[in-house]
Amino acid sequence: MHPIAVEQLSKRYRIGKLNQETMLRDRLINLVRRPFRLGQDKYETLWALKDVSFHIGQGEVVGVIGRNGAGKSTLLKVLAKITSPTSGSVKVHGRVASLLEVGTGFHEELTGRENVFLNGSILGMTRREVQSKFDAIVSFSGVEKFIDTPIKRYSSGMRLRLGFAVAAHLDPDILIVDEVLAVGDAGFQKKCLDSMEDLQRGGRTVLFVSHNMAAVENLCSRCIWIENGKISMDGNPNQVIRAYMATFSGSQPGISEFSEVERRQGNGEIRYVDFEILSSDLGPIQVLRSGDPVTLRFHYCAEKRVSHPSFGFRLFTELGTLVTETSTWHHGLEIPIIKPGTGSIDLKIDSLNLLPGRYPLSLWITGESRVIYDGLEYCRRLDVESSNIYHSSRVIDGRYGIVFFPQRWNLRGLSPHESPVSCTNRGRNS
Amino acid sequence: MDNYIEIWRYRELFYFLTWRDIKIRYKQTILGVLWAVIQPVFTMVVFTVFFGRLGQLPSDGLPYPIFYLSALLPWIYFSTALPLSANSLVSNTNLLTKVYFPRIILPASAIIGGLFDFLLGTALLAGLLGYYGIRPTLAVILWPLCVVMLIVFTLGVGMILAALNVKYRDVKYAVPFAIQLWLFVTPVIYPISMIPERFRIWMMLNPMSGLIEAFRSVLLPSRPADWLLISVSIAASLLIFALGFLYFTKTEKAFADVV
Repeated sequence: MHPIAVEQLSKRYRIGKLNQETMLRDRLINLVRRPFRLGQDKYETLWALKDVSFHIGQGEVVGVIGRNGAGKSTLLKVLAKITSPTSGSVKVHGRVASLLEVGTGFHEELTGRENVFLNGSILGMTRREVQSKFDAIVSFSGVEKFIDTPIKRYSSGMRLRLGFAVAAHLDPDILIVDEVLAVGDAGFQKKCLDSMEDLQRGGRTVLFVSHNMAAVENLCSRCIWIENGKISMDGNPNQVIRAYMATFSGSQPGISEFSEVERRQGNGEIRYVDFEILSSDLGPIQVLRSGDPVTLRFHYCAEKRVSHPSFGFRLFTELGTLVTETSTWHHGLEIPIIKPGTGSIDLKIDSLNLLPGRYPLSLWITGESRVIYDGLEYCRRLDVESSNIYHSSRVIDGRYGIVFFPQRWNLRGLSPHESPVSCTNRGRNS
Repeated sequence: MDNYIEIWRYRELFYFLTWRDIKIRYKQTILGVLWAVIQPVFTMVVFTVFFGRLGQLPSDGLPYPIFYLSALLPWIYFSTALPLSANSLVSNTNLLTKVYFPRIILPASAIIGGLFDFLLGTALLAGLLGYYGIRPTLAVILWPLCVVMLIVFTLGVGMILAALNVKYRDVKYAVPFAIQLWLFVTPVIYPISMIPERFRIWMMLNPMSGLIEAFRSVLLPSRPADWLLISVSIAASLLIFALGFLYFTKTEKAFADVV
């Protein structure tokens, strides 16, 4: 028997009309106006999931990927029984813990200790279970000193740690996790990933929704890609992720219009309008090769006066691992004000130290106090071709990694003569 | 049937949510749990002075403080627990949209949480009875039954309002207002005997009148109970509870989508 069996699952949401009738008054008016048409109102509908079927076996760790709004979260909510399917069936066998958020139900006024018990019971642990794991939970969270302090005095990081510590000590047959690893510092994220690996080794079935492709690739034995409420691909994580990432910026650099990008973040007070990859003499570039000098030119258009913006980008591998992030802020550059209008800003790179491959990139303009002006996820791609980077006429391509360093081997330490020596102590030649 | 087994399985969550409601009620207050008795005591004093001494309303021959407090305790319980219960789903939206559990736990724990204050007030009433030398008769063994019926009725109304509130936020504004008016059509300030016989039948439409009357009758001796009124109220409470439960379980599937 499969721990999770989903057959022809569909979920429809009503949108639009819903807002207008949430006042009882409207309902009553409609009742008077058209007493016989009650319940037949025309709603605009949205199929968040359409005819989705899959089975997940015992011990499988399945990553679910897809764009925002593709239906991933709806799928998890249906599996977690939070919302019910419009049609189709979902069968789940075993004890389920769903983790759609860290620290669900935490109450500000209660102490850390009290919240551990409350949160534990919300996630389905018994009081006795929480009691027996309490010390382990507290030491995992690293907030021992503040365990009897109300959590309204906690920092957001501490809250997160405590929440995840409880979740990490759940002992379910099936774990359903949504993107909870997207937050927290790197050290803590690693801790979380480790504890997920433990679950995996313990033979638990895990369903894991994430935008962190690297995590999906490392943790999961299978990957399901959801697109527009349907399963687009299901199989080996590496292959699915590659196929998924390839759909971003299908175009060559410099062709598509940013204005057509659907998934755009930010308030739009200032936006990127174009992005160019130029050669070192600022001429157009045909092929981008490992080690080339290049200039990235960011064109913007500001609608208003914008103060203290920071321009930047993130570069990813095809599997979604962040290669590097840089911005004017990282370089300590102050741009006090940008006047309404258009303009551009250049980033000069002396040597593009990327090995051949495709590198999607995201562009950002942020402001002070976490304001996001513009955010374009995976909007462009650097297609890096191989070149003679080591002057060796060997083909150095993506098989050898992601980046290379400016480097030189030095062979002067080789012994010119044959001499009798024992290599067992591995000592340096003195 | 699955429904009931499931509610039983989640009893610990029910316990913790109730515990949370009690625990946070008087956090960061100086007087703390004293507030649980301040409210009924001060209301009792005001009622005694204005309605009793100045208004000369009858009290069926009982000392005014006893007469008022015995009705105020169930009334205050009802009037504080009902809005909490009606808002319980909306104010716990984060739980509704993030975890699964039988939704009924939310309005129910809000109602059970209020019992703590009610029991403290009852201890006070017991002391006051001793002070006035009033000894309850054997009828006092029916008191727990009255409490159960009060819970049943409050939860019945609470479930309906909580489910409606998910969809129609009008409930949030209607409830405090309705409770204000409800006090005047319930025999709290005045004894039921003050109502002319031909109007009594109308009092039966309000289950709270029978319940409040029952609370007074089982505690205070030499007070003829209006058994007809009380039994009608009990029947009505059970009916409303059943309707509330049906309506709630019928609509609960959609809560997470609508709230």
